[in-house]
Amino acid sequence: MLTLGSLYALIALGYTLVYGILRFINFAHSDVVTFGAWTAFVIAGALGWAGTGSPVFAMPVVLALAMAASALLGFTIERLAYRPLRRAPRLNVLITAIGVSLFLQNVGQLDYTFGTQPQRMPRLLSESALFTIAGVRVATSDVVLVALALVLLVLLQWLVFRTKLGMAMRAVSWNEQTASLMGIAVDRVISITFMIGSALAAAGGVLYGLRYHQLNQTADAIWVLLGLKAFVAAVVGGIGNVRGAVAGAFLIAAIEMFGAAYRSPQMRDVYVFGVLIIVLLVRPAGLLGNATVEKV
Amino acid sequence: MSGQPGPGAVMSTVRSIVPLLVALVLAYLMQTVVATMIGDFYGKMLVDVGIAIVLGVSLGIVNGFAGQFSLGHAGFMAVGGYTAAAIVYYGSIKLFGTKAIYGGFLGPGELLLLGACLAGGVAAAIAGWLVGLPSLRLRGDYLAIVTLGFGEIIRVLIQQTDDVVLSVEKVKQTDWYVLRDNLGGGLGFIGGPRYIDPKNPFWVWLFVAVVCLVAYRVKYSNQGRQLLAVRENEIAAEAMGIQTTRAKVSAFMMSAFFAGVGGGLYAHELGNSLRPADLGFQRSIDIVIIVVLGGMGSISGVCIAAIGVTLLPEIFREFSEYRMIVYALALILMMILRPQGLLGLKELWEIDWRDVGRSLVSAPGRLLRWLVGLPVVIVGVVRRLPRQLRATLTGRELDDDEDAP
Repeated sequence: MLTLGSLYALIALGYTLVYGILRFINFAHSDVVTFGAWTAFVIAGALGWAGTGSPVFAMPVVLALAMAASALLGFTIERLAYRPLRRAPRLNVLITAIGVSLFLQNVGQLDYTFGTQPQRMPRLLSESALFTIAGVRVATSDVVLVALALVLLVLLQWLVFRTKLGMAMRAVSWNEQTASLMGIAVDRVISITFMIGSALAAAGGVLYGLRYHQLNQTADAIWVLLGLKAFVAAVVGGIGNVRGAVAGAFLIAAIEMFGAAYRSPQMRDVYVFGVLIIVLLVRPAGLLGNATVEKV
Repeated sequence: MSGQPGPGAVMSTVRSIVPLLVALVLAYLMQTVVATMIGDFYGKMLVDVGIAIVLGVSLGIVNGFAGQFSLGHAGFMAVGGYTAAAIVYYGSIKLFGTKAIYGGFLGPGELLLLGACLAGGVAAAIAGWLVGLPSLRLRGDYLAIVTLGFGEIIRVLIQQTDDVVLSVEKVKQTDWYVLRDNLGGGLGFIGGPRYIDPKNPFWVWLFVAVVCLVAYRVKYSNQGRQLLAVRENEIAAEAMGIQTTRAKVSAFMMSAFFAGVGGGLYAHELGNSLRPADLGFQRSIDIVIIVVLGGMGSISGVCIAAIGVTLLPEIFREFSEYRMIVYALALILMMILRPQGLLGLKELWEIDWRDVGRSLVSAPGRLLRWLVGLPVVIVGVVRRLPRQLRATLTGRELDDDEDAP
């Protein structure tokens, strides 16, 4: 559950960062997750790390490279597809995001990119039990994944709330025009936000691959669903709110896992989306968001 | 609601009945002349195009006129489709004693289909009311998110229904009220009669005419102008005395109704297996794309886009690997170069063709400017990345150098 929660948190942060600044739902985000996972697979293959025999530093290296590649992808997407539409109606940006998503899904399935067959992600982490709590075997990989996610989350927290860049990001999210008048290079801040979000998405994708081993082809519905649930987590926590996204992610993961375990495993998606609708009805701004009243 | 004094009651009745008669005649001509002329392959296209138009125009009412972004149109389609399919399948066994097509053109079986499609539409409209009433009070993206969630929930719920569609004998033995849970589950609701085939596009095109007619009448009515006002500026519309939630909910229900009808038609088309996986998020996106490409608020534009989006993938079937990529690129380029869609808010006959010419003349230049961005991006990334990373890590303020537009 913690693993799933940290997975959702990493992906949800990308949605929330972009929404916080540009106020649109980045539908291409789940495809960046996919891209990150597949890039990690390709890199691991290229470096010859295929399984248990691989060195300890294999995972960090693969993760870092995949995150870097995805950051580059995020930058390119923002620059080519979203920046020309900065002043267009939001619906257009949304459709463009869908276009980008379709594009990435289908480019990823070409023979010379990732192919049309699902693959097995190499096991770069040991899966032997590290310790046992209350009869539950906790694998080393789970511990590493959760720790890694937490480190990334703390890093992001520091970045957003303790650095000049973070201050600029928050300023742009508050009011783009004013921020621009205050001498903040708005376009650059947006680019960096996209890169950070995409890097976190890649981390999420790699963690997903390491945890579940199965890498479906890029246009498979499973990636869309993963992205949607992370998005739900971001909305439940209060979209545009960094801490909210993390809280929402763990909440959604808990509801999904407990619902699946104690009620019916087939209905897990219903619980997730049901929680979404209930939260939106009761607290439209999300659990940690503050409601804003639109004025003339 | 209606403000202006209309012509006499007789005239107004004539004015509302004549278009319906024309619609009937057109649909009949589609059936008797066009469908027999063009053969099965293009007949199938004809039916597919018709269903795409019903779905696109119906979404256009809420998306184009009212400017509310719904991502759950396939969910309403599923509600209508499954309702209609269940009525037709179990109904024709109960009434006619067979699950095959019963009766010929306009025969009892087809009338059952008509009733089932309308019932599906009503079911979808009720679902639309349930979803729309709470979420349409909120502004902007929340409707998109709630409808998205709704669509997914519907899909999963249908997947949980019983896999086994009861056989004819079983149905005959059971009372009517026990027949509700066997909708085929994840495997799909198969085995029912498929009334709509390449030779029988009548019902599809009848509903095409009806939905276009309704959308047209709405667009140029008091209600449609309210919706357009809501779309342009909701706060201003409210200040003008428009009950925005009410206007939006009624548009949303209307849209859901025709989505349900479209789903009913889709469920009875030859060659379609009614599976929840086909009525998910992706299908909603497809319909949104039709509306946006055609122009939000333009009925004829949406029709053109529905034709294009349905036919082009079939024509380019041999490049199957690349056609989706090209499709996606076309979508992105369209949004950048012509953000208002094909026709914008206008109808086909309202276009100023000189504008089209100007737009076409300037398009290559704008395309070029966008393409020039590509190398600039690559150079920019390589040049700036190390500096930016350093600046980020040391917390130093970024120095100001201007970006290329």
